[in-house]
Amino acid sequence: MIGAMLSEAWMAMWANRLRTILTMLGMVIGVGAVILMLAVGQGAQQQVQASIASMGSNLFIILSGSTTSGGVRMGGGATPTLTVADAQSMEELPSVAAVAPSSPGAAQLIYGPNNWSTQVIGTTPSYLKVRDWSMDSGSPFTDSDIRSATRVALLGQTVAQNLFGEEDPINKTIRIKNSPYVVLGVLAKKGQSLDGRDQDDTVLVPVTTAQRKLFGSQFSGTVRFIMAQADSAESMPSVEKSITDLLHQRHRIRDGADNDFSVRNLTAMANTAAETAKVMSLMLGAIASISLLVGGIGIMNIMLVSVTERTREIGIRMAIGARGKDILLQFLLEAIIISIIGCFIGVMLGVGGAYTVASASGMSVVVTLNSIVTAFAVAAAVGIFFGWYPARKASILRPIDALRFQ
Amino acid sequence: MTDPVICIENLHKDYITDAGTVPVLMGVSITVMPGEFVAIMGPSGSGKSTFMNILGCLDVASSGNYFLNGRDVNHQSSDELAHLRNQVIGFVFQGFNLLPRANLEDNVGLPLIYRGMSRSVRLLQANAMLEKVGLSKFRNSHPNQISGGQQQRVAIARALVNQPKLLLADEPTGNLDTKTSKGIMTLFTELNKREGITIVLITHEPDVAVYANRLVRLADGRIIYDGPVSREATEHLEPGA
Repeated sequence: MIGAMLSEAWMAMWANRLRTILTMLGMVIGVGAVILMLAVGQGAQQQVQASIASMGSNLFIILSGSTTSGGVRMGGGATPTLTVADAQSMEELPSVAAVAPSSPGAAQLIYGPNNWSTQVIGTTPSYLKVRDWSMDSGSPFTDSDIRSATRVALLGQTVAQNLFGEEDPINKTIRIKNSPYVVLGVLAKKGQSLDGRDQDDTVLVPVTTAQRKLFGSQFSGTVRFIMAQADSAESMPSVEKSITDLLHQRHRIRDGADNDFSVRNLTAMANTAAETAKVMSLMLGAIASISLLVGGIGIMNIMLVSVTERTREIGIRMAIGARGKDILLQFLLEAIIISIIGCFIGVMLGVGGAYTVASASGMSVVVTLNSIVTAFAVAAAVGIFFGWYPARKASILRPIDALRFQ
Repeated sequence: MTDPVICIENLHKDYITDAGTVPVLMGVSITVMPGEFVAIMGPSGSGKSTFMNILGCLDVASSGNYFLNGRDVNHQSSDELAHLRNQVIGFVFQGFNLLPRANLEDNVGLPLIYRGMSRSVRLLQANAMLEKVGLSKFRNSHPNQISGGQQQRVAIARALVNQPKLLLADEPTGNLDTKTSKGIMTLFTELNKREGITIVLITHEPDVAVYANRLVRLADGRIIYDGPVSREATEHLEPGA
């Protein structure tokens, strides 16, 4: 019975090829737009999430703040006020997992005939833990390297690539600002940060080495910023408060006076970015869904015309024994076939479009099975929903009225 | 004694319009036995089309009894009426009413879809029927490729494909010329004589009515004549024709 109905529906659709195709086009565009928009949205979302994961979790960054000297207020970070000792005392605080003082600066690196300018960060071994960064090869420097300020370095992937190419950098000596440094290891790849910087274009050296030998500073023992990691997301508010209190005490800041440091919750900022990406993705999907709805209304429109046009045929069918539900099924099947075939083409166009966008613009797109399955389910639902009314209208026609229809 | 195919007692049909209730059939009673060939005549407005619709289970009476093949038609659901139309009745219309986009064998096999038969069985039976009406060589043609007389033969084949007890023909020759009409009427006569199919036929043409073996005349919603067919009976009492 269903088989016969299917071939009947197919015949009716074939008889009105152009109309069927145009109706289908509404579904094709709707489904294609939904798939494409979901792919773009989810791609953006995934990119943001990957960046967040690469940053490290439950992270605070403590920056040197504004200082006032003789009534002249200096901008934030103008004077380094944070020290390695500050970082060490932070480590003692409850719920703090790791603390890494960081002293970044730019330097020229030379190895053999190659040279490369990059960011060199003076830090401690905790930096790798805070940033959730692992070693690709070799081993990290240790606390004894910090104590004795040895000239050792860990290279980011981009730096290793530019200085060494295919060569193995481990235990080779490079020159940073003309002083020799031994490469202890190469860091694992991290990719882009949230703001689009290449995180692999960096070199880590012991913080003491940076302070004393690399970027000799007028404020000895100071660092530009300190990164601190809380042991869980729940403890972040209390950790933020205890770090603030600690620095208040250590920097002898009177109540009511401006802080000479600022504590920023990086994870909260990242989560905001992730939330934004998610909302964006939902918005794109919602806007695309409107075209799916319009496609559905197109089906309904055409089915209504089709029912009116074929009233006499419905009458004939009823006269020779078709029940109301047979007529209902026939028209419903037509609507469903149109929407499912439309959906199928739409999925292919959407997926194709997504990868075209990806290769043309370099945006990352993610086509999930989930979104395809959803598109199919929605298309079938749209077909049933918008096909139901015209089909029902056909099925409750009285046979004599339908037969008399000219 | 065999059971009647049609047994109608005191049938009334009223149409409800804005102007009030309009009675169309007023107490019609008739019994048709298997194998009869009945012609129903009457001027327009006599209620013969309404009567035909009720006979064909396309419409239901306002009151009275209608037993079709022993089933009480007045107390059936619309699905059951569809079932009756499919199993017991074969329709032949004045306007042929074939599906234009289906070929002849699909047209003839159409009623079998609603019996849930597979396509191969449908085509087999449809072709047997096309053979019977002498059109099997056109089985892959479409209705617009054959003449009106041929289309009516296809419609008859479609009406017969379900092996109905009763063939209802509503002005089957109304759209055909005299010569073609004769062919169609000969076919009806053969079906009635050879296969014993009960036929009820509506017409206003005396030339057509004479093929039947019983004549029923309707006027103003009542039966005014029910008896054997004769020239006088068909013509005399037809002032309008």
